[in-house]
Amino acid sequence: MTRRPPLLEIDDLSVTFRRRNSVTRAVDGVSYTVAPGEIVGVVGESGSGKSVTVLALMGLLPRRGVEVTGRVRYNGKDLLSLSEGAMAKLRGPEIAMVFQDPISSLNPVVPIGVQVAEVLLAHTRTNKSAAMAESVELLRRCGIPDPERRLKEYPHQLSGGMRQRALIAMALACKPKLLICDEPTTALDVTIQAQVLELLKELVTDAGTAMIMITHDLGVVAGLCDQVNVMYSGRIVEAAPRTELFGHPRHRYTHGLLASIPRLDAPRGEPLHPIPGTPRDTIAWSKACAFAPRCVHATDECVRPDIGLAALPDSPADHPVRCVHPAEVSHG
Amino acid sequence: MLRFAVRRILLMIPVLFGLSVLLFLWLRALPGDPARALLGEKATDEAIARINAQYGFDQPLLQQYLTYTGQLLRGDFGISPRTGEPVVETFLLRFPATVELAVAALLFAVALGIPLGYLAAKRAGGVLDTLTVSASLVGVVIPVFVLAYLLKVVFAVGLPGLEFLAVLPSSGRQTVTINATHVTNFYVLDGLLTGELDAAWDAILHLILPAIALGSIPLAIVVRMTRASVLDVVHEDYIRTAKAKGLPPGLISRRHVLRNALLPVVTIIGLQTGALLAGAVLTEGVFAFNGIGSYLFEAISNLDYAVLQGFIVFIALIYAVVNLVVDLLYGLIDPRLRTR
Repeated sequence: MTRRPPLLEIDDLSVTFRRRNSVTRAVDGVSYTVAPGEIVGVVGESGSGKSVTVLALMGLLPRRGVEVTGRVRYNGKDLLSLSEGAMAKLRGPEIAMVFQDPISSLNPVVPIGVQVAEVLLAHTRTNKSAAMAESVELLRRCGIPDPERRLKEYPHQLSGGMRQRALIAMALACKPKLLICDEPTTALDVTIQAQVLELLKELVTDAGTAMIMITHDLGVVAGLCDQVNVMYSGRIVEAAPRTELFGHPRHRYTHGLLASIPRLDAPRGEPLHPIPGTPRDTIAWSKACAFAPRCVHATDECVRPDIGLAALPDSPADHPVRCVHPAEVSHG
Repeated sequence: MLRFAVRRILLMIPVLFGLSVLLFLWLRALPGDPARALLGEKATDEAIARINAQYGFDQPLLQQYLTYTGQLLRGDFGISPRTGEPVVETFLLRFPATVELAVAALLFAVALGIPLGYLAAKRAGGVLDTLTVSASLVGVVIPVFVLAYLLKVVFAVGLPGLEFLAVLPSSGRQTVTINATHVTNFYVLDGLLTGELDAAWDAILHLILPAIALGSIPLAIVVRMTRASVLDVVHEDYIRTAKAKGLPPGLISRRHVLRNALLPVVTIIGLQTGALLAGAVLTEGVFAFNGIGSYLFEAISNLDYAVLQGFIVFIALIYAVVNLVVDLLYGLIDPRLRTR
């Protein structure tokens, strides 16, 4: 598969949080690209830096105590050097975002309709009544029944799934070229999760919108993404097209993630396979592989600085891995 | 919304009833004899007995209470033994002064406090923030009468060398020589109603210093409350959503930050309104502003039961009404409270 010139190019992005007595490098030299219309998955546990990466490129991190370095190019523009005003013009019509928790992400005291219409009013030449009419259409497209009534309602009057649909309607209002979804289904019931994912997939495919799907759920990635980046402790540890990644996972962390998914066809009583430890059991990348403390395959060789993200001899070139002892290529 | 309002109004009835009982018992439990307070130390026993009979002080407590509530329900607050005037009449004369003063003080506190608190929060840790926070602390700490005298000396009486600052009237509600027509006893309103604009302006000038003195504490409270509340709200997820939508900063401030941040501020303003209306004894004293605060003070020193009972019930009623208004306002700002 030949990849088109990228719409978004993240290059060596690092984010450091400086508090009074601690320095945390949440994102540590992350690079990935998103082509127009491409759906890119970013997978990792909480704290792996997957959300911080996109908040940084959106300019939504607090300014104080946060240091962002590297380059982010969107359609030829360097996002990190844009002024706040210029960035605000991009948010909505160019890059839009759907957040994790729909109840806290909606303003509780403003009607849904106003929260949808205000995006249109801010970025397009339209008047209030036209924006409201378009909001009805948007809500309907996002699968909200009786949108005229919902328009006047407040977030607390909607169910979780409806709220997330309303947030998606807001994000897609100005037909962005890139939609960033930060765990959009985590706060929802499983049945609703599937509906919302289906909706997102349909909407972005129809409009040719590129999407970054941030999730800790490999199931979400499997049904949706063209390309997958696996993050651990602020770095990408493995990147590959979806089928390649699921077919031949090489990094021990990816392997562990896939093995930890309970299988219906497994014999009853077979134990689950969790990854031992927690993401907090980590080492700085500058000293060793950050996953080594939790990795059953770790050896003394893993304790060396700057293990690179590189293609392996027995894997395709578009499947780089950051591992000293990668898993064998599975056959079958 | 209507049912909510009706329920709240009905709830006021038992509250006011309970209060009238408590109040009645409390006043009767105060040390001292009202008749003696009225007639003086050298009054004869006959004279005291006559006063006691005249005002019913010699009857059993229950009887006194029933008579009193009966009158109250008919809107009769009784006659003050001290002045011989019906309490209601004095009240209607004095209460507008207090309302005028309280509204002016509140306007001062809110119109200045919300923007200041908001700006302080926006630049938290900056110079403006530090200044505002320390000034508001000083505002709370300085006793009202100290501030009142200070304002009076500088802006009304005049300090040597600084006489040019003394441009405001030092006391009263209106310059006597203006000879204004009074309809409602709200002097500013009267001036506007009768077209005597000079009288209204004069009344406003008289209000400035007392309003600042009285409004200083509410101002400090509103500033701190707004600041803290804005600081909470700007870290909410929905503010991040608003930013991610690329909305203009002004709209984010108004629609998303302030609307949520003002919820607790409204409560505080309501409580402060009640307190201001209940009388600003000290401020009214310093500026010879004849509101209910000073009248209440006289009544307490003279054990004037009729006035005390009447005024306190009235003040309680005001508190209840202000609370009701705050609750209704809350329902208006916060849709989550409406649908229950």
